[in-house]
Amino acid sequence: MTTYFTREHEWIQVDGDTATVGITDHAQEALGDIVFTEVPEAGKKLAKGQEAAVVESVKAASDVYSPVSGEVTEGNQAIVDDPALVNSDAEAGGWFFKIKLSDTSELDGLMDEAAYRDWVKTL
Amino acid sequence: MSREVHNGPTDQHHEARGTPYTGAPEGEPAPEPLPLALDGWHRARGGRMVEFAGYWMPVQFEGIMAEHLWTRENAGLFDVSHMGQLLIHGPDVDTALETLLPGELKGLAGRKLRYSMLLDDSGGIIDDLMATRRGEEFYLVVNGATKHGDIEVMRQALPDTIYLDHMTGQALLALQGPKAVDVLEAIIPGVTELTFMEGNAFHAFGHSIWISRSGYTGEDGFEISIPAAAAEQLADALTADERVKPIGLGARDSLRLEAGLPLYGHDLDRETTPVMAGLTFAIQKRRRAEGGFPGAPRILSEIENGPIQKRVGFDVEGRQPVREGALVLDGEGNEVGRITSGGFSPSLQRPIAMGYVATDLAEPRTELKLEQRGKLFDGTVAPMPFVPHRYHRKGAA
Repeated sequence: MTTYFTREHEWIQVDGDTATVGITDHAQEALGDIVFTEVPEAGKKLAKGQEAAVVESVKAASDVYSPVSGEVTEGNQAIVDDPALVNSDAEAGGWFFKIKLSDTSELDGLMDEAAYRDWVKTL
Repeated sequence: MSREVHNGPTDQHHEARGTPYTGAPEGEPAPEPLPLALDGWHRARGGRMVEFAGYWMPVQFEGIMAEHLWTRENAGLFDVSHMGQLLIHGPDVDTALETLLPGELKGLAGRKLRYSMLLDDSGGIIDDLMATRRGEEFYLVVNGATKHGDIEVMRQALPDTIYLDHMTGQALLALQGPKAVDVLEAIIPGVTELTFMEGNAFHAFGHSIWISRSGYTGEDGFEISIPAAAAEQLADALTADERVKPIGLGARDSLRLEAGLPLYGHDLDRETTPVMAGLTFAIQKRRRAEGGFPGAPRILSEIENGPIQKRVGFDVEGRQPVREGALVLDGEGNEVGRITSGGFSPSLQRPIAMGYVATDLAEPRTELKLEQRGKLFDGTVAPMPFVPHRYHRKGAA
C-alpha cells in the first residue's frame, strides 16, 4: 500500500485499484474543532478534483475534493456520527471515503509522504 | 480541501457580504497589520495570530470549543486592544453627543455605561459603541475596524469647542466568566462593588486604570482600560490564577452569538437601523419624544409603525452550521431575509444563527427555510439570547 498527498491537504492510501481518502493532520489542525462532516454514498461517481465531501469546524466550512476519478465504495459513517474523530485521528480512523480508481495514472502527479511533510513546513 | 466560507470576526480572505471591514479607505490596499501591546505575550502562549481590524490578533489558543466552554464555566481573558478608546470633552459635551447618538446621555449618571450607536442621516448604523460618563468627560469604546471612520465623523460633526482624544496608548482587556469577579477582586480590590454597566477608576501596577463591569459574552465580567506599557503585567497577574485562560477572537464570536449580541459589519451596518436591529431599547423615552439625532424621522416612524425587517435568531435543524450570507426563504421559496451570523454553538452543541427577516415572519417559532450553497435547511425563528445572560445586575444577590 502506498499513501499519496495533495496540495489540497488530502491523503489517499492506495491498495491495488481501490483507495481510502481523508484530510491530513495539518488540515484538521488548521480547521480546528470539527463539528460536521458529509461523506459521499457508495455508488457515487467522482471525477478527479470534484467536490466529494464537506467538513465544517466551528469557524469554517470546506469542501474535500476527490484526488482521483472513480466510484465511491463506502463513506465513513463514523465521522458523520462523531465529527471530532477527524480531529483526533485524521490520517487513520477519521478517513472520509473509499473509492475504486478508474485511472491509476492520476496518482502520478501526487506527493509522497516525505514530500508533503516537507512542503507543509514551508507554508 | 479548500476553505470556502468563514464567518465572524476572523475572516481573512473572504466575506460573503463583500465588504471586509479592515478600516482601510475603500479602494486602497490594506496596510500591513500592526502589533498590539500583547503581541509577544499571545505568541508565547501559542496564540494563532490572524489579521483583524488592521492588527495581528489571536484567533485561538488551545481551540475555540475549549476556550468557549472555559469562559462559560471559569474566566477567560480577551485582548480587545484593537477597539477604539476615545475621550470626548468640552462644554455641554452630553448635548453635543446627543446630536450624533440616539441614547439618553444628558440623564446618564456618572460612572454609568450606556450602549449606543453612531447613526448616519438616514438612521443607518455607522457603528455601535459603549459610552460612559467619567466626570466632565465621556469615554467611548468603539469597534476596531470602524474607529478611524468614527473619529472622522465625530470630529466633523461636533462643534469646535468639543475635543476628541483617541487614547492610542491604552490597551483594553476583558475578563469574562462566572469566576471573573473573584479573580479580579483578589488582584484589584473593590471591583466587586461594581454592578453591570457601571465603571470606576482603580489604582494598580502603578497606574490609574478604568474598569467597568461589562462585556461581550453574556457572562458577568469586566473590561479593563490600562496603559499599554502595563498590559503585560496585568495579563500575567490574571493568568497566574488557574481559573483564567487566554481566549481568542474565535470564541469571542461564538460567545457573543450565543448571547444574541450583534457584531458590527455583520449583523449591523449602514443598511440597518436600530429598530430593525432590535436595539430600540437604546433609544430612551426622552429621545423618542424629542428626536434630534441623525435619522430621527425614519427611526421614530419605524418605532411607531414597525420596521420592514427585523433581526431575529434561528434554531437550525441538523448538525451543519448555516453561516453569514445564507438566504432566508418562505414556504413558497421567496427570499424573505438573510443570515448575518451563524455557526455551531459550543454550549448548545447545535447550529444557531442570526439574521434579518420580513417583520411579519419575525415571530418566534415561525418555520422558514435557509439556503446555503444550493442546499436547504429548516430554520425556526428563536428568541435570543440562545444562552441566558448572567450579568451582575443592580439589586441582584
